[in-house]
Formats: sequence, C-alpha cells, structure tokens
Amino acid sequence: MCSGRIDPQFILKAFQSGADGVLILGCHPGDCHYKEGNYKALRRFYLLRKLISQFGIEEERLKLDWVSASEADKFVRTINDMVETVKALGPLKRIPAHTSTEKGTGDLQEIKIG
Amino acid sequence: MGKPKVAFYWCASCGGCEEAFVDLAEDILKVIEAVDIVLWPVALDFKIKDIEKLHDAEIAVSFINGAVRTDEQEDISKLLRKKSGLIVAFGSCAHLGGIPGLANFVNRDKIFDWVYKNAPSVVNNNGVFPQKKTGVIEGDLTLPEFYDTVYTLDQVIDVDYYIPGCAPPPDLILKAIEAILSGTLPEKGTVLAPDRALCETCKRRETKPEKAAIKEIKRVHQVMLDPERCFLDQGIICLGPATRDGCGERCINANMPCRGCFGPTSRVVDQGAKFLSALASIIDTNDEAEIRKITNSIVDPAGIFYYYSLPASMLRRKLNV
Repeated sequence: MCSGRIDPQFILKAFQSGADGVLILGCHPGDCHYKEGNYKALRRFYLLRKLISQFGIEEERLKLDWVSASEADKFVRTINDMVETVKALGPLKRIPAHTSTEKGTGDLQEIKIG
Repeated sequence: MGKPKVAFYWCASCGGCEEAFVDLAEDILKVIEAVDIVLWPVALDFKIKDIEKLHDAEIAVSFINGAVRTDEQEDISKLLRKKSGLIVAFGSCAHLGGIPGLANFVNRDKIFDWVYKNAPSVVNNNGVFPQKKTGVIEGDLTLPEFYDTVYTLDQVIDVDYYIPGCAPPPDLILKAIEAILSGTLPEKGTVLAPDRALCETCKRRETKPEKAAIKEIKRVHQVMLDPERCFLDQGIICLGPATRDGCGERCINANMPCRGCFGPTSRVVDQGAKFLSALASIIDTNDEAEIRKITNSIVDPAGIFYYYSLPASMLRRKLNV
C-alpha cells in the first residue's frame, strides 16, 4: 500500500505482535502517485520514531527508506541492512499479555531500604 | 421488590469522579431515591465484609472509578464483579488508565525511589520505605502490594459499560443511570458517550486546518492563546481530532486545548498513534531537516499523545525501564 496510508497503529501493532523491527519502504520523493503520500509517511516516521523510543524501543528498530520498483539491488541491500541492524540489537523484550496483572510476583519487602 | 442495589468504588484515582456524582446537585436525590447504595467508601461507612455476604450478582450495578495498580484494588474489583450484574468503568482512569497510567513510563522501584528518597522535598535520612507488612506491638500492619504496571479496569475484570471523562460530566452520568434503571442500555462494551470526534462539535472547527498548516509547535505557556481560533491552527497540540466527543468542551471553553480524557472513538484502538498521524499530516513542510526540527520540538510526544490512555494503548508500558 501507499506509504502515506501507513497508519502508525499498524506499526505499533507489529511491535505489539512480536516484530523486532519494522521497515517502511515508500516511493521516492517526487514519485508519489498521490503527490505527497510519501512525505506524509516521512513526517509520521520521525515523530513515531521519537515516540517508540519513549516506550523503550530502540529507534533503529523502525526504518524508512525509498525504493522504486526498478531498484532490485537497493531493495536487497536495504532489507539486508535492516536484518543486520535487528540481529545486532537482538530480540525486543516482549510486552506481557493484557489479561493478567503481576499480582503476587513482586514482594514489597524486596525493595531495598536506604 | 426492593430497590436495585448500587455500589461505588474507587481504585487509583484522585477523588474527582466521586466529586462528579456530587456535582449531580439536586439530581443526586433522585438517584438516591431510586437505588439502595451498598458501598461508597468516600461517603458512607460500609465494609467489604458486607459485600462479601451478598449473593452473586445481587448488586444491580457497580460504578468503579480509578485505574488498578495494587492487589487490593484488583481483589475488590474482582469481588464487585462477582457480586454485580453490571460493572461500569467510571471515568478516564478506569476506562483508559488515566493520569495514574503515565506511571507506565517508569516502574515501581523508580516511583518509590523518587517518592521516598530522591524528590527534593523529601527528608528520609533513615531510608524508611513502606513495607507490605510491618510488625508493631498491636500486631501486623499490612499495606497492599504495589504493581509495576498500571492497568485499566477491563484488563483486570470484565467490564459491561464505560462512562468516560476526567471527570465524567453530569449529563452523561444521568443518562447512563436512566438507561440502567429503565433497561434501555446499548450493546455490552459500549462507551456511553457520542461516537464522534470532539472536532465535529467544537465551535472553533471553522478554523481547523484541512491540510498542512503549521510550521512550528508551541506550548500553551509560550503564547497568548486566541480564544476563537482552532488550537492546531495556532500550532498548539490539541487532541480533539483523536478524542471522543461528549465532554461539553469544558477545556476548550476555558481556552485550553483537549488532552484526550474521553479516549478515542470506537473505530480507533490507539488514541496516541491516531493523534500522531493527524498531527504529522498538518505539519507544513516536506523538507527532511525541517521535519526533524519540528518533531524534535515536541518535548514529550508519548506523554502528551497518551496523556490519559497509556495503559489502554497498544504498547501499554515502557519496556526495559
């Protein structure tokens, strides 16, 4: 789909569902069929990258790049780079399920005094 | 047949939701006449053991406000769920996690270190921290277990309906109570407020930017706010586009932007992500360096986009605190 249609919820959903990295690939600036879908994606991307870092997700786990249909080499290179980056970072810590609290798992006594 | 039994309970909340009931003014008398209150810790002296003695589902409806962040809040919510026909999550904190939910950007240890040790106004030379159990001559004193994570009510128990708002406005409360008493409730799980964005009824909507319009994001203390013009058009972050309507625009009328206490509409899962999307759309530049500059000028995007809804968001909390 058009990179301008990427709802930030899709990306958060990917991280929530277990993705260790998310790569958004859009058409080159100036090539957009809808004129500026990719620019919209770019603006969302920078804001979203800052937002995920506040959630403890490294910024490098979210990447945006421009690859056209005729750039097979760049496509391969970009994917490989992303795989390298994510491998180096290791798996993302999983978010616990919505349905259970941490009841009984932490004892207040353990909090150090002083 | 006796009057329907009703319980009010508060978990992690400020007391504003209790105040909202009192704000029903003389209408509260009608409510009190129609129901039999069996629990309301802030106002009446009922005990939990009185609730334990009731039959399952004997309470017609329990209104629970506040987020869940201790084992006591979890236990009592579960008890009320068992003893009640309907559970209504009352107010932003029960509905979405609310302001206490912002604690999900840190954890219990960090909170305790700050509150009992590092805050500049704290003098605690002996390093006294609250304990779950403390022995005194009279016996053991206990405190509830404090969780790392703040939960919405529906992450802990099954919730039938939601009344949103910080605090919910009197007209929505009355409408909800009338619907419960007359048996004209909508589908289970409904948020009992209009299902449209705040901007749709905002009186400043004429000046709302349709497309790219802002070059600079400002904070409310940095500018003289125009009382007529759309906040977004003034470069002020206003969560109206991603927030449910029905609050009566109390903040907007006081010349303050929306902070999202009503949560998103039914079509949106993650209020913060949806607002981020809307805000990025109206930033008026396609230049990468300028985009970075503008986005960096937003000091705390996650904190402001999830002001009331962090525990209800997709990511729920900060990882690796």
